Amino acid sequence: MTDLSAGSPSVADIRDDYSALVQRKRVYGGILLILFISLMAAGFRTADTRNAGSFVDGWRRILDYPTEVLSEAWEKVALLPGHLAHFMPALIETLNIAAASTLIGAVLGTFLSLLATRGMAPWPALIPVFRRISDICRAIPEIVIALVLIFVLGGGPVPAMIAIAIHTAGALGKLFSEVNENASLKPVEGLQSVGASWAQRMYLGVIPQVGPNYVSYALLRFEINIRASAILGFVGAGGIGYELRNSMSWGQGRYDEAAAIFILLFVTIVLVDQLSGVLRNRLTHGAAS
Amino acid sequence: MSTFATNLPTEALKAEADKIFVRKRIVNFGLPILVLLYLAYVFFAFDVPSLYEKASWKNGKTLVSDSYSYKTHVTRDNRSGEVSVAIEGERKGEYPEGMSPEWVEMGETTVIDLEDGYIVTFGLDVIEFDVPNYGVIRATPDRRKGVQAELPAGDVPEWINLSKNRLAVTTEAGRLTVTRNRAEVFRYFTGWELFWFTLDSPYYGKGPGELMGLAFAGEAGAIWNDFWTNKMWRHQDVAWAIFETILMAFLGTLGAGIVALPLAFMAARNFNPLGPLRFGVRRVFDFVRGVDALIWTVVLSRAFGPGPLTGALAILVTDTGTFGKIFSEALENVDKKQIEGVQSTGANAPQRYRFGVIPQITPVLISQLLYFLESNTRSATIIGAITGGGIGLLLTQAIITQKDWEEVAYYIVLIILMVMFMDWFSGWLRRKLISGDVKTPRKRKGDPKAKPFVLP
Repeated sequence: MTDLSAGSPSVADIRDDYSALVQRKRVYGGILLILFISLMAAGFRTADTRNAGSFVDGWRRILDYPTEVLSEAWEKVALLPGHLAHFMPALIETLNIAAASTLIGAVLGTFLSLLATRGMAPWPALIPVFRRISDICRAIPEIVIALVLIFVLGGGPVPAMIAIAIHTAGALGKLFSEVNENASLKPVEGLQSVGASWAQRMYLGVIPQVGPNYVSYALLRFEINIRASAILGFVGAGGIGYELRNSMSWGQGRYDEAAAIFILLFVTIVLVDQLSGVLRNRLTHGAAS
Repeated sequence: MSTFATNLPTEALKAEADKIFVRKRIVNFGLPILVLLYLAYVFFAFDVPSLYEKASWKNGKTLVSDSYSYKTHVTRDNRSGEVSVAIEGERKGEYPEGMSPEWVEMGETTVIDLEDGYIVTFGLDVIEFDVPNYGVIRATPDRRKGVQAELPAGDVPEWINLSKNRLAVTTEAGRLTVTRNRAEVFRYFTGWELFWFTLDSPYYGKGPGELMGLAFAGEAGAIWNDFWTNKMWRHQDVAWAIFETILMAFLGTLGAGIVALPLAFMAARNFNPLGPLRFGVRRVFDFVRGVDALIWTVVLSRAFGPGPLTGALAILVTDTGTFGKIFSEALENVDKKQIEGVQSTGANAPQRYRFGVIPQITPVLISQLLYFLESNTRSATIIGAITGGGIGLLLTQAIITQKDWEEVAYYIVLIILMVMFMDWFSGWLRRKLISGDVKTPRKRKGDPKAKPFVLP
């Protein structure tokens, strides 16, 4: 193209070039596709051989357990309302774990994000340090901290709360600092010019700008944390997960309780998802009022 | 702001402003107070005050000290008189016959030098512990009479625990316990012992330079083999476990993407005119998502047993719901014009989808898949802990034994590194695959033309 003396290429040349390009693209695409499919297949086979039961055998038994549970629950359907009421406190505990850890995590995450955003950090030299701290907090799965804390503090909701709060602080710290990057620094400058302290600048200059987004992310995190706190209950941190494991390890005869817990968990998750979806919509697109 | 009615009298404007201020004040102070009240409620609902008494600080201390240090046991069987030295008191860490650390002098009487003047001597009948600034503690274990101890004159200090059948001395240099059947000395060291090679390996105790030399001399395979099959730290099993965890996340995420894509077309308004079918598919997505990974894991592990396949399927099922929802929303936002353009060239239905629709949703598809790949690595660890597979299983096993805290620390470090690596990798891949997705905000801040945030 740069060699102008060569004259303009003929239509046939262009067509050949183009079809060669398309051909090459197709070959690359095909190779990638084959590679991807073989990777998936190989991975699946490896997982299958390392599993206790194989996919082919288990495939037919997949509905056995749910039918067992449901049929037993159906037989004792009259007991269901009682069970639902009985497990309500455990459900509330799970929700409390999720809510408290979201709140604590959001507060910690706010500080982490403010300390890790250029223009807002009081110690700009330490920005990478705080970034790494929030990366590490985010990388630790909740279960790791929960299991270690259960050993020290004993079973109960507090280890789960601390574990989820740490992870939440890291996750929200990252999301919040992305929000902060888009906030205008002008109010901060204005506040500084009248002698506001760092806390005042942040609370009056930054938070009002980013508040709706913060709340929206925190709500999303709350949904995730409900699931997490149910799972942590399963390893001994109290709440509905703990009850689920108890009634499951009991085996047949207590399946009606397991079914009640399944129902409670399902309804709660769906309800909170819907509610927070509506709320988040209002926060990001403005209230209809 | 500009829409204020200016013909209002000043008084009314003032009242209006006051009202706004009052509302702001209520929100500004009321919200934090509400949050505080809630946290106070949780504080008592979770019974935090009694936690302090319930918590086992002793457990916490062993946990912390064990995670970065190890102890070597020197044990004398009082019946046979045999003395053995083992790291962490485990059979896997036992010193072979005729080999002992240099601070233990084996022989007729075994002399254990705990340094700083602390010396323990296992005699034929009498066990002596020389403690500087205190004196010599003598103990004579006897099958019938228990443990007879002779202490220097004066009160028994609190670091000596004495009863009829047991003598326990705890000093900063090490610990000695004598019972009727055995005498045992614990000495603490910092570090993770035997991390590279166990004692039965010929490469134990060699420095990196020496090992490099040996490796070049043709022993690289043997060195690797000794490291790889280390019985104490089980590097091979750990590597497999990490691979299994990543495999679970990979299979689960991509499998969910493959299953969800066709279903998403069925749930999108502009691609599926059949209302009831659309409604049905959407409810399936909601159901699958609402049931939650925990319950799926429980149900699937009943059918498939513990292992990586169960974890992969649990992730697959849960994420099918999430992906279905996200993809169908992306499909509903697809630009019609591009499809019409492709159609105008005479493309048939598959071609229209391939060239009109897929290119539009690929960025959403890929970025969501990669984002979930990273977060599912974490989920796979958790699911592995519940159903038994991958690094999660190793971690729970190590925690259940309640003494291998150095292994727990090792696994935690590995998990953090694994998740951070997946985070970095998925971000890198996203940038490579979606060329338009270059994050600008951070660059904008670094713009030299931007006004510096310092007052002149």
